[in-house]
Amino acid sequence: MGYQLDFSALAGYLGLFLHGAGVTLGLTAIAATLGIALSIGGAATARWGLQWARALVTAYVELIRNTPFLVQLFFIFFGLPALGIRMTAMEAAILAMTINLTAYAIEIVRAGIEAVSPGQREAGIALGLKPAKVFIYVVLPQALANVYPALVSQIIITMLESAVVSQVAVMDLTHVADYIQSRTYRAFETYFIIALAYLAMAVGLRWLMTRAGSRLFAGRQR
Amino acid sequence: MISLSVVDILGFLLAATRWTLLLSVIAFVGGGIGALLLLLLRYARPAVGARFMSLYVELLQGTPLLLQLFLVFFGLPLLGIDVSPLLAAGVALTLYASAFLAEIWRGCVDAIGRGQWDASASLGMKFFLQMRYVILPQALRIAVPPTVGFLVQLVKSTALASIVGFNELTKAGQIVTNATFQPVVVYGLVAVIYFCMCFPLTYCARMLERKLSISR
Repeated sequence: MGYQLDFSALAGYLGLFLHGAGVTLGLTAIAATLGIALSIGGAATARWGLQWARALVTAYVELIRNTPFLVQLFFIFFGLPALGIRMTAMEAAILAMTINLTAYAIEIVRAGIEAVSPGQREAGIALGLKPAKVFIYVVLPQALANVYPALVSQIIITMLESAVVSQVAVMDLTHVADYIQSRTYRAFETYFIIALAYLAMAVGLRWLMTRAGSRLFAGRQR
Repeated sequence: MISLSVVDILGFLLAATRWTLLLSVIAFVGGGIGALLLLLLRYARPAVGARFMSLYVELLQGTPLLLQLFLVFFGLPLLGIDVSPLLAAGVALTLYASAFLAEIWRGCVDAIGRGQWDASASLGMKFFLQMRYVILPQALRIAVPPTVGFLVQLVKSTALASIVGFNELTKAGQIVTNATFQPVVVYGLVAVIYFCMCFPLTYCARMLERKLSISR
C-alpha cells in the first residue's frame, strides 16, 4: 500500500470551510423556521379544515414523503425555470428544503395536536375564547411541547439531507468539500473531515435545541 | 436537442428503474444481515458490543449519506479495491441501512419484557437459543411495520447513487433532461415512478401498524 493519508494540504482552506458550514446552518435555520410555521397551518388544516383543503394537505404530504429530496430539488431548480419561474440556486435550495421539511413536520405537529386532550379545547371555548385563540394559546403550545423532540430530529435530518444541494452549485459545506478535493486531490481526507464536521454540527444542534426546548416548554413536556 | 414522446421518455426511465430496485434490494438484504450481526453483538454477554453499536449508529445517522457515499467511493480505491459506481453505492447503502435497521430492531427487542429473558434463562437456554426461540420471534412481529417504513426511506436514498455516476432512475432523468430540455416532464415522471414504488410501501406499513395496535 503506497498511499499515505495527508491532512496537511487542507489547512489552508479554513476560511472557505467556515463559509460552507455557515451556509449549511443558515439554510437549515431558514428552512426550519419557514417549515415549522407552515406545518402548523398545514396540521390545523388537516385537523379542522374543509374537506377539499384536508385532501390537498394529505396529497401534498404523501407526494413529498414518497419521493426523494434530490428529485424534488432537481424539479424545482431545473423544472420551475422552464415554467417561467426564475430563481437562484440558493433560492431553489431554500424552497426545496422548506417544502420537504414542511411535509414531515405536518405529520409530526398533527400527532402533537391529536395528543392534546379535547377537554383543553372545550375549556378554552367555555371561557369564551374564540376558536382561533383557543388554538394559538391553549392547544398549540401543548401540541408543540408534546412533539418537540421529534421536530428537533426532523430539523437535524433536514440539515444532513441538505448536503445534496451542493449538486445545484449552492456553496454549502459539501460543495466546499468538492471544491477543496478538486484542488488538493485529497478526496478521502477532505470528505472525512467534512463528515466529522457534519457530525459535530448535528450533535451540537441537538444539544442546543434540546436545551432551548426545556426552557421554552418548561413544565409542559411530558 | 432530441424530441422524444412522453412514452419514449417513460420507457427509458422505466428501464433504469430496475437498477433502483436492484440497489434497494442489495442495500436491504445487506443492511438486514449487518443489522442482525450488530444486534447479536449488542445483546451478547460481554457488553463491549453495546458501545460499538451505539457509536456505529451515531456515526452513520449523524453524517449525510452523500458524504458516506463519497468516503466509500474515494476510500475503497485507497485500500487497493477497484470500485464501480454500483459497488460503491451498494456498500455505502448497506452500511447506512444496517445502522438504521439495527436501531429500529433494537427498539423492538427492548420492547420484549425482561421476564422473557429471565424465564428462558431459567430453562437453561444460552444466549443464541434465547435469541432464536424466545426473543426474536416476538420482536419480529412488532418489527415489521417500522421495517417496511424504513424501506421507503431506503428506496428514496438510492437516488443519491446518481451522484457517483450510477445509472439508476434519477441519473436516467438527468440524461433525458439533457437530451430533451423538458425538465418538468422528465422530473415529473421520475417523481411519479418513485411515488409508485414508495407509496404502496408507506400504505402497507400504516396498515400493518394499525393491525398490530388493534391486536394488542
